[in-house]
Amino acid sequence: MKFVQNIFDKTRPLVEKDGKRNILYPLHNAIETMAFVPGHTAHSGAHVRDSIDLKRTMVFVIFALVPALLFGMWNIGRLHYGAFGEEMSLMDNFLFGALKMLPMIIVTYAAGLGVEIYFSWKRNHPVNEGFLVSGLLIPMIMPVDIPLWMVAVSTIFAVLIGKEVFGGTGMNILNPALTARAFAFFAYPTWMSGDKVWINTKGGELVDGFSGATAMGDLATTVGQGLGNPATEAVMSQFADGGTYSFMNAFLGLIPGSVGETSAALILLGGLFLVATGVGSWRIMVSFFIGGLTMAGIFNAFAVNEFMGLNPLHQLMLGGFMFGMVFMATDPVSAAQTATGKLIYGFLAGFFGIMIRVFNPAYPEGIMLAILFMNVMAPLIDYYVVEANIKRRAKRLAKA
Amino acid sequence: MSQTFKIRKGHDIQLVGAASTTDLGTVEATTYAVSPLDFPGITPKLAVKAGAQVKAGDTLFFDKDRPEVKICSPVSGEVTEVKRGAKRKILSVVVLSDGQNAFASHGSLNVSSASREDVANFFSNTGVGAFVTMRPYGVAASMNDLPRDIFISGIQSAPLAGDLAYQLEGKEAQIKAAVEALKALTTGKVYMSLDADAPEVAALKDAGAEVNYFSGKHPKGLAGTQIAKIAPINKGEIVWTVNAIDLPVIGQAVLTGEYNPEYKVVVAGSKVMNAGYVLAKQGASLGAFIGANINTDNTRVIAGDVLTGTKIEADGYLSFGKSQLTAIPEGNQTEFFGWVTPGFGKFSMNKAFLAWMFPNRKYDLNTGMHGEERAFVVSGEYDKFIPMDIYPQHLLRAILVNDIEKMEQLGIYEVVPEDFALAEVACTSKMELQKLVREGLEALRKEMM
Repeated sequence: MKFVQNIFDKTRPLVEKDGKRNILYPLHNAIETMAFVPGHTAHSGAHVRDSIDLKRTMVFVIFALVPALLFGMWNIGRLHYGAFGEEMSLMDNFLFGALKMLPMIIVTYAAGLGVEIYFSWKRNHPVNEGFLVSGLLIPMIMPVDIPLWMVAVSTIFAVLIGKEVFGGTGMNILNPALTARAFAFFAYPTWMSGDKVWINTKGGELVDGFSGATAMGDLATTVGQGLGNPATEAVMSQFADGGTYSFMNAFLGLIPGSVGETSAALILLGGLFLVATGVGSWRIMVSFFIGGLTMAGIFNAFAVNEFMGLNPLHQLMLGGFMFGMVFMATDPVSAAQTATGKLIYGFLAGFFGIMIRVFNPAYPEGIMLAILFMNVMAPLIDYYVVEANIKRRAKRLAKA
Repeated sequence: MSQTFKIRKGHDIQLVGAASTTDLGTVEATTYAVSPLDFPGITPKLAVKAGAQVKAGDTLFFDKDRPEVKICSPVSGEVTEVKRGAKRKILSVVVLSDGQNAFASHGSLNVSSASREDVANFFSNTGVGAFVTMRPYGVAASMNDLPRDIFISGIQSAPLAGDLAYQLEGKEAQIKAAVEALKALTTGKVYMSLDADAPEVAALKDAGAEVNYFSGKHPKGLAGTQIAKIAPINKGEIVWTVNAIDLPVIGQAVLTGEYNPEYKVVVAGSKVMNAGYVLAKQGASLGAFIGANINTDNTRVIAGDVLTGTKIEADGYLSFGKSQLTAIPEGNQTEFFGWVTPGFGKFSMNKAFLAWMFPNRKYDLNTGMHGEERAFVVSGEYDKFIPMDIYPQHLLRAILVNDIEKMEQLGIYEVVPEDFALAEVACTSKMELQKLVREGLEALRKEMM
């Protein structure tokens, strides 16, 4: 690997402080430290250090995302060809999806890293790894047919307003990936909701009775119709065993939706990996699940429409619930940071997610809004948890 | 009533090169150096000039703000040099030993008939007061303070630490005398913490202090951990801590008036050719010993352990308060895509490596950082290594923004830098936690003075 090192050594003078291409220094440094873990030694404090670094932590999240991503690519192709009534091979489906997804991924990274590198240069600090994860999360929570420029604008907004204005990675209040999605959702609503955006239907004759709706969209139509209304029967039959949105289909992910969010099974697999490697917080995931289940259970018990009456577990398999639980709520920077705080934060995010989704069907993205809301509330939760510790200490002092 | 506390949070870092009880002889040094840098928080003022003749136990320098904090010469001889750095900062005072080992006459201390003031003055004048550390702040204690309690740690749980039973062999009388004298310095209790997982050190158990036992992982040997379990520090209180390894030096001074800081120093680490114990005095020049016993090729020699020790040069001196020498390889090599490799056999306390499956594996760790410094990202990481009722990350943030009130509320009085050493090793963002805590303590102390 000597020759690689030589390339870096040769180009370094160009980008260093007085070099002609100083603006590229953060990029140079980022690539170099990616290729070679630097040989820095401990100068203060402990003389030995753990092998862990932020790059490894972040890349493990990417590993965890890969199964859901690959499945999502395949699902894009399957739904696309399915719309024309065609059955294609696994490879054809996958290739179609990959060709849709890769440009989105590339555009997201280019836009986001561009902003990051500019700020790194301005602020004179190395490029942080945080965006490696955000950059993959963003395309995975977008509808397949969203124009690339919208992805780019949303990403730039998220990095700029969601992160850099607060001081960069580690200082942000909101989850950057969700900020991007929220921006797109409110800025370009016609591209982000409805029944036209979830399946690519270009270049073919649609089959009779084709619907491009999602489970969330269909469920929303049942609100206000009461329980057992014959008008909702057609919709609800899709949620029964053997229907399009059956529990099994939803669990496996054979339903339309944002690219990466559909397969609960593969998301859970990623979640298990994150918990096993200690990268993701099990406290948040578990409490998030329980929070969602509690709300869905309450709705189920007091159902006045079919949406509320849906089986609670089934409810959790739909929409962005699982994806939000494993990959969004667990962002360590925007989540609560104390152990107790994480439990409260996760529970409320899951609880509110289902509540928003069902009470306000105009916002099928209830999970996104709930997590963003809890991101804002997280410091408050931590404040009270830490305050308890402070009070305990004060009490001890009063006793002494 | 003795209690047993189990320390679950923490980690025993297992390193290769542990010492067996091999006797490596004595370090025969001609020069000795005492450095004010080993005493954080003091402003040194010289008591001697270059060329002066001193005896062991004569004051070399003292703290300008608290003149009763005195640091004494470990041997008799001539002060040959006062090394200074930028802005004439004193780096060390060098004494050329005359080989006589003559002691300054302080007379012995009869604890039973002495007043507290007598004992305090005696500690201060003989130099043994410097072995007492005060909390809050983690600085050398002033003998004029009246501590709530005194905590003696009879556990050495840091990586490659020495066998205390062996190091204290034959010092029973001195230990007893030291504990008795310490008792006279506080109106509270003198606590002795012992290792529940190791053979009992009778000399410590029977020394007359109130005994408690600790089992489990490092940092069970740190006074901070023990205080947090036994009787936490409150705002406004002062407690003192002493390491059991220093008791014989204190005891000898009490019994005979002689200041003789001589230790069985444990020498360990993967770069050590003969691991074992060597008899050495504090401040001894180690050049010859290191040359003969340590492979110095790309090596870091540390006075103390790898968590809290001081880096010394190959011709350096044994730092004050250290009875351990560790030598490990420098980690100045780059590693191709090291962050993404599976990392079998790599050391980590994080589950992102497979090391957790092999808790008994020993590692040949180097000084590499294995990554660049970043902002706080991962949360809850430090809690696993600090067995105290505090929120480490919140405390560190309070220090970063210099919020004195918040630091107080979050318990900065209870900690010193060494309590954060393990968390510093584990930190994903490679933050310098011990340095930060020291800065916080300094800021707080400045505010209080």
